[in-house]
Amino acid sequence: MLQLKILFRNAFHNKLRSGLTILGITVAVLAFGLLRTVIGAWYSGVEAASASRLVTRNAISIIFPLPIAYNEKIRQIEGVKLVSYGNWFGGIYIDEKNFFPNFCVEPRTYMTIYPEFVLSPPEQKAFFADRKGFVAGRKLAARFGWKIGDQVTLKGTIFPGNWDFVMRGIYRGRDKTIDETQFFFHWDYLNETMKRFSPGRADQVGFYMIAVKRPDLAPDVALSVDKAFKNSLAETLTETEKAFNQGFIAMSGAIVTAIQMVSFVVILIIMAVVANTMAMTTRERIGDYAIMKTLGFGGGSIAAMIFGESLVIALTGCLAGMILTFPAAKAFGHTLSTYFPIFLVSAQTLWLDLIAAFLIAFFAAIIPARHAIRVGIAEGLRRIG
Amino acid sequence: MAEPKPSIVEIRNIFKSYHRESLAVPVLHDITFDIAEGEFLALMGPSGSGKTTLLNLLAGIDHADSGTIRVGGVDITALSETELAHWRANNVGFIFQFYNLIPVLKAVENVELPLHLTALSRRERREHAETALRMVSLEHRMDHYPKEMSGGEQQRVAIARAIVTDPTILVADEPTGDLDRVSAEEILAMMERLNAEMGKTIVMVTHDPRAAQRAKVLRLLDKGYMNDAPAQNPL
Ligand SMILES: Nc1ncnc2c1ncn2[C@@H]1O[C@H](COP(=O)(O)OP(=O)(O)OP(=O)(O)O)[C@@H](O)[C@H]1O
Ligand SMILES: [Mg+2]
Repeated sequence: MLQLKILFRNAFHNKLRSGLTILGITVAVLAFGLLRTVIGAWYSGVEAASASRLVTRNAISIIFPLPIAYNEKIRQIEGVKLVSYGNWFGGIYIDEKNFFPNFCVEPRTYMTIYPEFVLSPPEQKAFFADRKGFVAGRKLAARFGWKIGDQVTLKGTIFPGNWDFVMRGIYRGRDKTIDETQFFFHWDYLNETMKRFSPGRADQVGFYMIAVKRPDLAPDVALSVDKAFKNSLAETLTETEKAFNQGFIAMSGAIVTAIQMVSFVVILIIMAVVANTMAMTTRERIGDYAIMKTLGFGGGSIAAMIFGESLVIALTGCLAGMILTFPAAKAFGHTLSTYFPIFLVSAQTLWLDLIAAFLIAFFAAIIPARHAIRVGIAEGLRRIG
Repeated sequence: MAEPKPSIVEIRNIFKSYHRESLAVPVLHDITFDIAEGEFLALMGPSGSGKTTLLNLLAGIDHADSGTIRVGGVDITALSETELAHWRANNVGFIFQFYNLIPVLKAVENVELPLHLTALSRRERREHAETALRMVSLEHRMDHYPKEMSGGEQQRVAIARAIVTDPTILVADEPTGDLDRVSAEEILAMMERLNAEMGKTIVMVTHDPRAAQRAKVLRLLDKGYMNDAPAQNPL
């Protein structure tokens, strides 16, 4: 179709202007994509959390412990399938900037409750058998070049001293959304050391993880657990893992909202830029469009050409931006892996990119198209020369 | 005296004014005249006398305040905007001072442009366009873009575009106004041939007495008034 030919050639006729506009859209889409990915990374913990797992912690604050004796009582509550427990260890590997999450847990129950951490049976067996053993996620092991059998020392912060461990396994995430940067070792190792050197801090856990028999039982089980320890020395607060993780994010919710707003502001700005380009090009072509109208082309087909040209420019920039988002996110995720263990460009982000491109194209072309339709032929012809 | 030819254009009591803010500026006053079939008419007059305005009205790209214009029996002042666009596509060929080719289209594509509003197939369109380009001796420039051609060549492409639909009348607004003498002569000779050999009715606005000499009939417009009798061209 000739109109298609004209609009494509028009779109790239002024190479510098189209090039700069397309570059602008590319950068905007890239920025939009990365900001959306940051938000996605922020929420990835929540997304991965299971609704059939509950977390029980001290009702006053997460920093206060619970007695290990609760383990037995929780196990007997109706609807509970399995209970595990652990502590946030907060150890440092060589230097503080090498941050990664590390926990001590009860290994057998923990690995059962978290099937998304995949460990080969021999490694699992070796880990369970060695009181000083630990397992690390694939990415974490790769980051420090740890191999099975390596000895690794963490410097305790909450629990002072140098703690030696032997690597017994490397777990993989069941899929790409699973964090592979965590470090687990035996709660028993921590507890026995505490018994010896600071008995007042022994037999305590930071949290209980509870697997319920069916997801729909979760709310009732949570209530029963908290009721069981009502008026005891350490009252509990039990919530789904999802709610628990969300609680952490809520603290930074304002920042997430700000990022979200910025990502849309970027789109608004580029919309104005493209609108300006389209206004300039159509003003230059008022004569061309007047000729076409003179020859008998209707206002509708003129408007279609302007919208089409706007769409060609917006989509070209958008596709370039979408393609660049992947390597950019990879580089970004690499430098920020400490903060965002999961940094993936989601399908939703790509859809939003495309929707944004269509909106940009549409709004940028409205006024120029209206103008081109309205200008009378005689008026348009007089502008030539 | 020769038998008077039937009129192909009948212009009756045309008034036209432009509106600047609340002020109406009258441009054409009670214009009435006929154009015979096969005529080559030159419309002359000082700048601002309303020549372009009159040409636009009889070509159906502007509207009169009052009066009627019939072309080939159709009262074009009674047509809606869409009907008028359709009518122009079938009945009028346009030639402008600044050629007005579409810059992103090759010569042959420019000539094909008006054929896209007809039922012709892709091949027929190409054949018609090539024939029209041959008539203006530009078949070897078919794949050139306007900016790769001289003014005279561009105007010849414009003529090919104007005749490719075989329109009832050709209108030309200062077709040689932007050309050097040699190119202007070429264009005028071409229009003369279209009139003489193919019997095309041509209405040409011009400032150039040499251009006017090619026409068979002269009409003068002055401050929006037209002389009553067409002057037979002294040449
Ligand atoms: N859109 C407009 N708004 C207001 N006045 C206009 C408009 N178009 C033309 N005019 C005025 O109408 C008058 C006739 O204009 P027109 O273009 O028909 O003259 P012309 O005879 O073709 O002149 P030229 O030889 O310079 O091309 C002029 O005074 C012009 O200023
Ligand atoms: Mg004029």
